[in-house]
Amino acid sequence: MSGHSSYEFQNGFLRWLDSRLPLPSMLKGQAMDFPTPKNLNYFWTFGGILLLCLVVQIVSGIVLAMHYTPHVDMAFNSVEHIMRDVNYGWLIRYMHANGASMFFIAVYIHMLRGLYYGSYKAPREVLWIIGVLIFLIMMATAFMGYVLPWGQMSFWGATVITNLFSAIPIVGKGIVEWLWGGFAVGNPTLNRFFSLHFLLPFVLAGVVILHIWALHVPGNNNPTGIDPKSPKDTVPFHPYYTVKDGFAIVLFLIFFAVWLFYYPNALGHTDNYIPANPLVTPSHIVPEWYFLPFYAILRAIPSKLGGVIAMFGAIAVLFILPWLDTSRVRSGSFRPLFKVFFWLFVFAGVVLGYCGSQPPEGSLVLIARVATAYYFLFFLLILPLLGIFEKTKPLPASISESVLPKKKAATAEPAQA
Amino acid sequence: MRNFQMKRVTLAALTAIFATGLVSISPARAAEAETEMKHVDWTFDGPFGHFDRAQLQRGFKVYQEVCSACHSMNLVAIRTLGQEGGPEFTEAEVKAIAATYTISKDIDENGDVIDRPGKPSDHFPAPFANENAARASNGGALPPDFSVLAKARHGNADYIYSIVTGYEEPPADMTMRTGMHYNTAFHGNQIAMAQPIDDGAVTYDDGTEETLDQYAQDVAAFLYWTAEPKLEARNRTGFKVILFLILFAGLLYFTKKKLWRDVEH
Repeated sequence: MSGHSSYEFQNGFLRWLDSRLPLPSMLKGQAMDFPTPKNLNYFWTFGGILLLCLVVQIVSGIVLAMHYTPHVDMAFNSVEHIMRDVNYGWLIRYMHANGASMFFIAVYIHMLRGLYYGSYKAPREVLWIIGVLIFLIMMATAFMGYVLPWGQMSFWGATVITNLFSAIPIVGKGIVEWLWGGFAVGNPTLNRFFSLHFLLPFVLAGVVILHIWALHVPGNNNPTGIDPKSPKDTVPFHPYYTVKDGFAIVLFLIFFAVWLFYYPNALGHTDNYIPANPLVTPSHIVPEWYFLPFYAILRAIPSKLGGVIAMFGAIAVLFILPWLDTSRVRSGSFRPLFKVFFWLFVFAGVVLGYCGSQPPEGSLVLIARVATAYYFLFFLLILPLLGIFEKTKPLPASISESVLPKKKAATAEPAQA
Repeated sequence: MRNFQMKRVTLAALTAIFATGLVSISPARAAEAETEMKHVDWTFDGPFGHFDRAQLQRGFKVYQEVCSACHSMNLVAIRTLGQEGGPEFTEAEVKAIAATYTISKDIDENGDVIDRPGKPSDHFPAPFANENAARASNGGALPPDFSVLAKARHGNADYIYSIVTGYEEPPADMTMRTGMHYNTAFHGNQIAMAQPIDDGAVTYDDGTEETLDQYAQDVAAFLYWTAEPKLEARNRTGFKVILFLILFAGLLYFTKKKLWRDVEH
């Protein structure tokens, strides 16, 4: 993104505009001609998919906000009013509710892709850190959004999560009451959550622009992890990646549509169709599925403050990941040991997710602790040491060279597209 | 060689974690085994599911004559009985049904609440003025509102069906609390509601058999409709959307293939 291109537009209006506000040449340089490694696999399409998710959530959310009433006595019924009386209200509300899950599926794949291919390593540290910030804002936004329908899980989820802050010594109780705007989760809480749930997606959009900006300085990483060395290693973003990303987005939309139209409530909790009741505690309070691994980490530590520190630490550690991984090789494809630990990490995440969904009883307590320990060891011990002890495979000389042998072997094994 | 050993270690570790996980699940399962969920093949199951109009109309009759004595349905407007994708009563029938209810919410010029016959735009009136009145008439238990009940319980329509047909004599070794009834589907097997309906309790005009099992199916289907009144529109729209997306994906796939043909990647 070094200055804007000196492209001369044929169209008179574009030339006129460009000399006053160089938006056309910026878009030409960054969204069309932008040199992109030609060997990106389909895991690289999730950035575009995530951008679409954000747009879907903002557009559907704005329409929902036109019909929703953020008041403890009316919120639940106003959501049902949307479902019953608003034209296509069922579509918009199910799109928004399931869209949140799709957003998290995509963001987890996107983050794991970054982790596997070392996309956080120099010179992309800031890009990664902004990404973690986006993840954090997403989590806050999703949590507050889940409170808005004011069902049983909304209310009790809000109670449990806000109460976490009471673990902070001395000021904890004060902070919690400040968050609630009262002495319990109530109308002021619902109102401020609605306000912030509306605001944060626009903050998110701003940070996403920074994320894309930080991406366009060093350019895309790629499955080999080696930098493009000549123009032969790259293709212009348009039409090559607009079409490829477009194809992936449509496939993702099919997946989204199956949930939205045929299993619209499968990712939610039945208790959230019971109006919030401060006098009745559900037998088993669980957050939405995308928070389950972090919920399991929270409960794995046998002290409230310790659990809260571990849960926030699980995200905080991601901020310093670029300096924890000492390996000079970016891509996991050339790191035989890293690969094993990476897939164990993914497995630990799934195990934590399962533990978070179950009551913390029996051997699940131990399993959650082992998986939590592995989560932190992976970042704090394994990644720093691997860089020193791991014997990596030889890297190809260039991206172009790396894709050559595949052509010959194409008949033997399926190409990875 | 080293790689191979690493894989074996990973595999062993995965197996160990998974095995301990399985062991821990079994006691939890055993504790839940006391409730029984009966499954019914509903017409509204699956991507092409739709409601059986006659069944919804029968289910409404069961609700009206039996359930509505205790259960409210506050979020459902009477007019929706005539809506597409529901029981689809005719406009005249909906008006007639509405007129059978007395609505006490309008206020006259003197400030007194007046009674008037219901209109299709009214919601179904609740049987009790407030929660305390409902509890006082039901031995302290609160009959849940029916509007979204089928979505608020695991098993949805199956759950409603299982509750209505789940009444049995309690096992000899079970001590029942006062006023409670044994039910195979209810959590803890003790439910405050007495068996609400039995064979022959509601007369069907369309010749359908008047059995407990049939009533239970019909009212469960009706309650699934009240909880998910746009199910048919949702399934139809979904089919069109997904069909379009698949065709679009196909076109994009070939576009992409042609575009990338000459790029080694």
